[in-house]
Amino acid sequence: MNSGTGSSAGQEPVTGEDGGVGVPLWEVFVRPRRGLSHAHVGSLHAPDAATALRHARDVYTRRQEGVSIWVVPAAQITASSPEEKDAFFDPAADKAYRHPTFYPVPDGVPHL
Amino acid sequence: MSAAFETVLALGDDALIAAQRLAEWCSRAPDVEEDIALANLALDQLGTARLLLSYAGELEGAGRDEDALAFLRDDHEFRNALLVELPNHHPEPPSPRSGDFAITMAKLLFLAAYQRDRYRQLAAGPDRDLAAIAAKAAKESAYHLDYATLWTLRLGDGTQESHARMQRAVDEIWPYTYELFDDNDLRPGWLAAVEPVLAEATLTRPPEGGWQPRGGRAGRHTEHLSRLLAEMQVVHRAHLGARW
Repeated sequence: MNSGTGSSAGQEPVTGEDGGVGVPLWEVFVRPRRGLSHAHVGSLHAPDAATALRHARDVYTRRQEGVSIWVVPAAQITASSPEEKDAFFDPAADKAYRHPTFYPVPDGVPHL
Repeated sequence: MSAAFETVLALGDDALIAAQRLAEWCSRAPDVEEDIALANLALDQLGTARLLLSYAGELEGAGRDEDALAFLRDDHEFRNALLVELPNHHPEPPSPRSGDFAITMAKLLFLAAYQRDRYRQLAAGPDRDLAAIAAKAAKESAYHLDYATLWTLRLGDGTQESHARMQRAVDEIWPYTYELFDDNDLRPGWLAAVEPVLAEATLTRPPEGGWQPRGGRAGRHTEHLSRLLAEMQVVHRAHLGARW
């Protein structure tokens, strides 16, 4: 048990992007209800995963926003960069045939 | 006054005073996440206190509502255990007067373990109104216990400094836990809940026996309650009957 230092095996403290306070940043994902996906709701600082989860509960689900929470070390997220924006996203702009607009959505499946 | 009124009043006063103490951390916690967490815990306690004091007023049948019981009683009329009125810092330096997190966590750990079991017991009791309040509160106490456990482990099994301060907090608060069990038989179960946490946190559990301060349930309080009430009640008393 090494809960005090937050550096037990497999869970090294994440450095960088810590606001200069030495406490790692975590991204929080909340699933609003069954049937929906987890969605990013914000971020917070916490020394380890267990604390991050409890903080997320207190900061982001106080008004019954969710039934499930994920917390992810911000440093573990690989993001597309703004310079790559054109190459990544523009080619999809003129390919309307990729949009499944040619059949009706059945009743009672609002989140399809 | 009926025994039922006394019982509900004691529970309500525990929750109310614990809420006020926790709320003292608001805007002063080590970081914003902890600030919100502590405020949430305080609001849990306050919500339970409102339900219990309203119900106590009904049981008393003297026309006193939750506000009259919370804001218009003097210190000797409160029935909370001494533990909840103790300040958020250790009496001796170097514990900061603005609040010692280890003290707050020791108080929360011991109180939450007691409140959870007490509420669960009452939730299965014959008084259906009280059982409904207790069933709701027991879930909140279970979370408070989880939260306090996490921090007790972190501080106790942390650095040399955090271990020393957490141990000092446990030693300081422990004597005040005896009073919680004067009107129930829950101490063995409470010990079974608290002891493993202290052991895992590498903290020494104080021996049973020794100094056991009491008096809160009979209205004999420390000076800390008087100061707390002065701050909590001043606005209500200065503007009697005022409404938002």
